[in-house]
Amino acid sequence: MIEAKNITKTYTSGAEPFTALKGVSFTIEDGEFVAIMGPSGSGKSTLMHILGALDTPTTGEYLLDGKNVSDYGQDELAHIRRNKIGFVFQAFNLLPRTSALRNVMLPLIYAEVNESEREERAKSALLAAGFDENHFHHLSNQLSGGQIQRVAIARALVNNPSLILADEPTGNLDSRTGEIVLGTFESLNRKYGRTIILITHERDVAEHADRIIVIKDGVILEDSRSHQRRKSVHLDSHTENKAEKVHHKQHAHPGAEEHADSIAKE
Amino acid sequence: MKTKDILGETYTALSANKVRSGLTMLGIVIGISSVIAMVSIGQGAQGSIQSSIESIGSNLVMVYPGAQRASPGAQVSSGRGSSRTLTQADAEAIASEITLAKAVAPELSGRYQVTTKGNNTNTSVNGVDQNYPGVKNIEVAEGSFITEQHAKSMSRVAVLGPTTRDDLFGEGADAIGKTIRISNSVFTVIGVTKEKGGTGFGSQDDMIFIPLITAQKFLAGEDYVSIINVQAHDSESMTALQEEVTNLLLARHKISDPTAADFSILNQADIVATASSITNTFTILLGSVAGISLVVGGIGIMNMMLTTVTERTREIGLRKAIGANRSDISKQFLIEAIVLTCVGGVTGVILGGLISWAISLTGVLQTSISLGSVLLAFGVSAGIGIVFGYYPARRAANLNPIEALRYE
Repeated sequence: MIEAKNITKTYTSGAEPFTALKGVSFTIEDGEFVAIMGPSGSGKSTLMHILGALDTPTTGEYLLDGKNVSDYGQDELAHIRRNKIGFVFQAFNLLPRTSALRNVMLPLIYAEVNESEREERAKSALLAAGFDENHFHHLSNQLSGGQIQRVAIARALVNNPSLILADEPTGNLDSRTGEIVLGTFESLNRKYGRTIILITHERDVAEHADRIIVIKDGVILEDSRSHQRRKSVHLDSHTENKAEKVHHKQHAHPGAEEHADSIAKE
Repeated sequence: MKTKDILGETYTALSANKVRSGLTMLGIVIGISSVIAMVSIGQGAQGSIQSSIESIGSNLVMVYPGAQRASPGAQVSSGRGSSRTLTQADAEAIASEITLAKAVAPELSGRYQVTTKGNNTNTSVNGVDQNYPGVKNIEVAEGSFITEQHAKSMSRVAVLGPTTRDDLFGEGADAIGKTIRISNSVFTVIGVTKEKGGTGFGSQDDMIFIPLITAQKFLAGEDYVSIINVQAHDSESMTALQEEVTNLLLARHKISDPTAADFSILNQADIVATASSITNTFTILLGSVAGISLVVGGIGIMNMMLTTVTERTREIGLRKAIGANRSDISKQFLIEAIVLTCVGGVTGVILGGLISWAISLTGVLQTSISLGSVLLAFGVSAGIGIVFGYYPARRAANLNPIEALRYE
């Protein structure tokens, strides 16, 4: 669970101090699919950095799974990122000339997961992200944009994080591939109960989420759930319940093989 | 992050840029191999000088006559070694009174024209006694050396050095029993010495040995000796031996002021020490020139690592975003630098070894690689990796992940 309590962020490195966030508060429950939307310069990137434990707020509290990470040092933040957060970047950021599988295994290296377990978990994460099994050993520069983003999603997924943060994940993709990638996020949320925060400036991308937080000039303008917007409210709540169940099952059995099994069964 | 994984990442990173990694390593390879080769040449030179000094005998103290003065108080000196103050009696006194002396071999040498039928040469003729071969490490190849009997009876017999034999009778000819003429006296050849090689202090192979008394009577016409070779039991007692010989000779020559001694003493240990200090300086000089190239190689490593850190800024940002902490990043870059220098170091040691082996093969110098120089070179290369890798690694580790990810 994520709790932001009156978060502000002021940058003092420039000639004049600049306040990017002016008191932002919200709560995101486990298993939610949230879009944070706003034009460029609205403070949404700053918010993402704080939510992703890349940066700490100037004032206010950020609680991740009940832990206040607001005043953590660099290495403690790295530890939080390693265990609780998965990133998907606009620019993909795969390691060059490295196979898809190895790219996905990278976070597990830092988490000191056993070698044998690494490959298992990376493979199941790639399959969960809808990546074609035949391309596991292709190098990152031999893959298409859509495939690369699926590898990036699998990499974000592989550590079993509490939260997946996607920063403009469709920004570098054509609209058709973008739809496929967004579909992947939806299915991760619906099928595997993943908590996903999508940062975007496009309304139609944000529409894929169940909840939209609109931010502008460092304050929240709107925080709306999709029940009103969705055509099939009934189906939606049904899926959400299912997602909740799967999610709990995973927490009860956090082992990788169990995870792989649950993916396989689905 | 596990060490094995760091090494895996290092391998991937270095092999991704093979040419650049190779060229960077080349700097270290050249530095290390030249240090090894230069030091081995220096040590080879030292060894060769030492062995040629030792080929003239071991643990020797040599007594030379001092300068001759026309009369007490005269200011004209005819130079060191010119006086005729050392006698066979002095040698006998040293042998009988000084227990530290293992053997005493007086010698009277001079250069004379030596002729046979058809051939002649000018060479050093040494009047010696039966102790001489033991003291000066001379062995007889054919025939026999001068015996006590020869020494006493003023026999006109000669033992030739192999070079002299070649000059007088032709290469490898049988000279035993033949006669030679030295300064109008006829001598019978009774032996030829073994070849010694070594050119340190005049060839030991171009010499003629005759009985000391014969030399005094027939060639010099007087009964002084030109050197008394005194051999110590071991190298430790040489200084004490030198002191005792000095005191004995001062007493025998009735000289109370040691600075006015009419003889001088040369200790072989001093010669070796002097020669060693010269070759040591030489080795240090060569080594430091090579060391400069090692430092240049190290700077090359630092340059490459800094370029790499800049180039891979986004990768570093990504690694940090997915959970690498500062020590993971700094270890990775530090180990990249250390691997470069150590692989370069090993290659350099092998190359340096090959160079010094090739020099030995040419026969100019017998080089020797000491374990010390290998360890030093290797330690230095690992040290360079750490020192020159540390700064780039720290820079990488302290990059802000947000800015690193945005870096274009």
